Amino acid sequence: MATELKMPALSPTMEEGTLAKWLKSEGDKIEIGDIIAEIETDKATMEFEAVDEGTLAKIMVDEGTEGVAVGTVIAMMADEGEDVGDIEALAAKSDDSSEDKEDVEGEGKDVGREPSEAEVTETAEKPTRSPASDPAIPEGTNMVSTSVREALRDAMAEEMRRDERVFVMGEEVAQYQGAYKVTQGLLDEFGDKRVVDTPITEYGFAGLGTGAAMGGLRPIVEFMTFNFAMQAIDHIINSAAKTNYMSGGQMRCPIVFRGPNGAASRVGAQHSQNYGPWYASVPGLIVIAPYDAADAKGLMKAAIRSEDPVVFLENELVYGRSFDVPELDDYVLPIGKARIVREGSDVTIVSYSIAVGLALEAAEKLAEDGIDAEVIDLRTLRPLDKETVLESLKKTNRMVVAEEGWPTCSISSEIVTICMEEGFDYLDAPVLRVTDEDVPLPYAANLEAMALIDSDRIVKAVKKVCYVE
Amino acid sequence: MAKKPAAKKPAAKAQSPVDAQDEDFVLHSLQEEFDKNRTFDADADQMMRFYEQMLLIRRFEERAGQLYGLGLIGGFCHLYIGQEAVAIGLQSALDNDRDSVITGYRDHGHMLAYGIDPKVIMAELTGRQAGISKGKGGSMHMFSTEHKFYGGHGIVGAQVPLGAGLAFAHKYNEDGGICLAYFGDGAANQGQVYEAFNMAALWNLPICFVVEDNQYAMGTATKRSSAETRFYRRGTSFRIPGMEVDGMNVLEVRQAAEVAFKHIREGNGPVLMECNTYRYRGHSMSDPAKYRTREEVQDQKDHHDPIERIKKTLIEQGKSEDELKQIDKGIRSQIAEAADFAENSPEPEAAELYTDVLVEEY
Repeated sequence: MATELKMPALSPTMEEGTLAKWLKSEGDKIEIGDIIAEIETDKATMEFEAVDEGTLAKIMVDEGTEGVAVGTVIAMMADEGEDVGDIEALAAKSDDSSEDKEDVEGEGKDVGREPSEAEVTETAEKPTRSPASDPAIPEGTNMVSTSVREALRDAMAEEMRRDERVFVMGEEVAQYQGAYKVTQGLLDEFGDKRVVDTPITEYGFAGLGTGAAMGGLRPIVEFMTFNFAMQAIDHIINSAAKTNYMSGGQMRCPIVFRGPNGAASRVGAQHSQNYGPWYASVPGLIVIAPYDAADAKGLMKAAIRSEDPVVFLENELVYGRSFDVPELDDYVLPIGKARIVREGSDVTIVSYSIAVGLALEAAEKLAEDGIDAEVIDLRTLRPLDKETVLESLKKTNRMVVAEEGWPTCSISSEIVTICMEEGFDYLDAPVLRVTDEDVPLPYAANLEAMALIDSDRIVKAVKKVCYVE
Repeated sequence: MAKKPAAKKPAAKAQSPVDAQDEDFVLHSLQEEFDKNRTFDADADQMMRFYEQMLLIRRFEERAGQLYGLGLIGGFCHLYIGQEAVAIGLQSALDNDRDSVITGYRDHGHMLAYGIDPKVIMAELTGRQAGISKGKGGSMHMFSTEHKFYGGHGIVGAQVPLGAGLAFAHKYNEDGGICLAYFGDGAANQGQVYEAFNMAALWNLPICFVVEDNQYAMGTATKRSSAETRFYRRGTSFRIPGMEVDGMNVLEVRQAAEVAFKHIREGNGPVLMECNTYRYRGHSMSDPAKYRTREEVQDQKDHHDPIERIKKTLIEQGKSEDELKQIDKGIRSQIAEAADFAENSPEPEAAELYTDVLVEEY
C-alpha cells in the first residue's frame, strides 16, 4: 500500500513550515533513516527522516513552498513491488482531500486525524471533602504537661516502634541528638540503621529519602531548619509531590519532611522565613503546621502513617513550650482538620503555628474590652479546612487572619479568598490580615520586633473589623 | 566505540605511592577485571534476544518520532535511537525479582528492555487512558513499580539521589537487590549527583551509577561543558571505582554489567560506569541538531551501530539474512499494532483530572 508522507510537526508549537529542499527525487529508493527533505520552521531547519522503506513515487509539494501546514501530504511513497503509476492516481485524489483541512484558531492543528470514536467525557466534578473530627478523649484520661519538642520525639519513637519501615535521617539527628534536640534518645533506642546522620547535603539527602520512600520505606527527613530545604525543594515538589499523579497512582511517596520553620530569634533574613504558603500551594503535598504539643504529637503520628508526602512545619520558638498531652496509647489526629482553640461569638481570628499563641494572647486582651474572639488553629495548611473557617464566619461575621510570615500570596491571602468566594454574604466587615512586614527579616532587635507580627497588631485589626475605636 | 578526542585516550595507570598503600582503594580494579575480557560470552538464544530487544527499541522510537511528526505525541519526546545497547546490555544482567532501575527523561528504551508491552508505552506517549501512567505522565514520566522501574524523571540529575534512595531501601530491607541509576553526560555536571555519590560511598549502598555519555548535553558537546570528560573518573573523590565501556557494543556493556553487579552484590558499595554512546536523533524532537555535522552522525550509523554490529555477528554465526528480516518484520508489525492502539484508544476520562493527586482522603 502507498504511504502518504505528511508535513511533520517538528516542535510542540509548530503549525506550518517551509519545505526548503528535497534531498531525494521521484523514483529514488528510500531506506529507513534516509533524510528525505529539509524543512524550515521559524526556529530552525530540520531534517525529515524516512521511517519506512520504499520508493519516492510522487512529490506533491515543491521545494521552496512556504506556509505548508502540518499534516499536508507532501509526497507519496510506494512500497516494495508497487507500481509507481498507481500511486500517482492515488496522489491526485489525496491532493483534493488535503484541501479540506483548515487550521481553526484555538482548535489545535488539523493533522488529518480521524476523530476518535471513543466516548470521552469532557467535564468532571471537582471532588469535595469533609474532614474527619478529632477522636474523643475518654473521660478521666490523664493529661501530661509535655513540651512540643518531647511530643514530636514521642510521636516519632512510637511510630518507629510500630513500623519497622520508619527511619529518621538528617544533619545531627543521631549522635548529636538533634540540633534542636527533637530526636533526643532515638539513636539509643533504634540504633544507627534507623537514625541516620547525614552529611550537610540537603538536596542529596532529600532526594535519597524520597527515593527510599519510593522503594517502600517510611522516611522522616529532618531539615535543621526549613530555610535549608530551599536547597532541596526540587525533590520535595518535583520528585515527592508529583510522582503519584504522574505515575497514574502507581508510585507512592510516603515521606515526612520536618523541621523548624519561620522566624527564630535574631538570626537574620536567611534563617527566618515561613515556607507554609510555598508548600501549601503545591497539589500532591500535605502541609501541617501545628501549634501546641498535643497537636504536634497527634499530627506527627498521622503524618508518618500517611501514604502521601508530608511537609511538617515546626517552630523553634515553640519547641520549649509545654502543653497538656493526653496520655493515650495511640493518639492520632486527623490531617486536614482545623481546631477551634477558643470559642467566641464576636469575631474569628484564624491562625496557625506560632501565631496561634499570639492570637490567644490577643483574645485575652480583647476580652478585657468586651470583645469575645473565637480563635481557630488551622493545624493543616493543605488540605485546608474551609468548612471550619466558614462555619465560624457564619457565627461571628467578622474575621482576622494572623500569620507569622509575609503577607503576599500567603495563607492569609488564601483565607481572604475563601471568605470572598464562599462567605461573602456572612461578612459584616472586610477580612483583614495581620502578618509580618513585607521585608526580609532584619537582625537589629528593634527592627526585628517591628517586622514581626505581635498580639497588639492583632488586637488593632480585630477592633477595626468590629468597628470599635 | 563512540568518538572520544584521541588526546585523552591513553590511560596511564600510574598509581601514586599513596594509592598503592591504600589497600581499600579499588579505583582501577574493576576496569582491570573488565579489561581481561570485554566481551560477554552470549549463547545463541541470548544473542538473538539482544538483537530482538534492541531492534524493538529502534522500531518503537522510529515510530514514536513519526507519531510526533503527525501531532499525535505532544510536548517533549526524547528518542533513544543509537543508544539501545546500553539499556539492553545492562538490564539483561539484572535480577528482576530484586533489582530496581531509575533513569531520566529519555526512558522509553529502558521500559521496553523489561518487556513491558509497547502498547501501554506508546499509549502513554499519545496521552491515552490505557497508557502506563493513565496518560498523566507522558514521555518523560513513566513508571512500572511492578517491574521495579522507578521512572522516568524530568529534572536533569534528580534520578541520581532518588536512585541512591532506592539502593538505601535495598540495603535497609536486606533484600539483596541493587539499583541501576542512569543519567546523561549533561546530568553528570549537576551538584546533586556528587551529593549522591558521597552518601552512596559513605553508606556502602548497592548502586550502579551509569553515565550514558551520548556526547551532547542537548546541544553542548561534552568537551564544552565538562572539565573531565572521562566521566568514569568522577567517582574518584568518593572512592567509587570507575569503568569505561563502549556503549555501542551490547556484548561489552553486558560484560561490564557482570563485573560491576558482582562487585556491588558482594557488598562493596557503588560503581560508576561510563557508557560511551551516541544518539542519532536530536536531543528532543524539536532539536535541529545543528551543533554536529551530518557526516559525524552518518559515521556513527555506518561504523558503530549497535544493531548492525550484532546483526553482523549473528550472520557470521550462521543466521540467514532472511531469518533476521523476518524478525524485523515481526517487530514492525508489533510496533504498528502498538501505534494503532495508541492512536485509537480513548483519552483519559475527565474524572482522571482529580484522581491520584493524593493517595488518601483527608
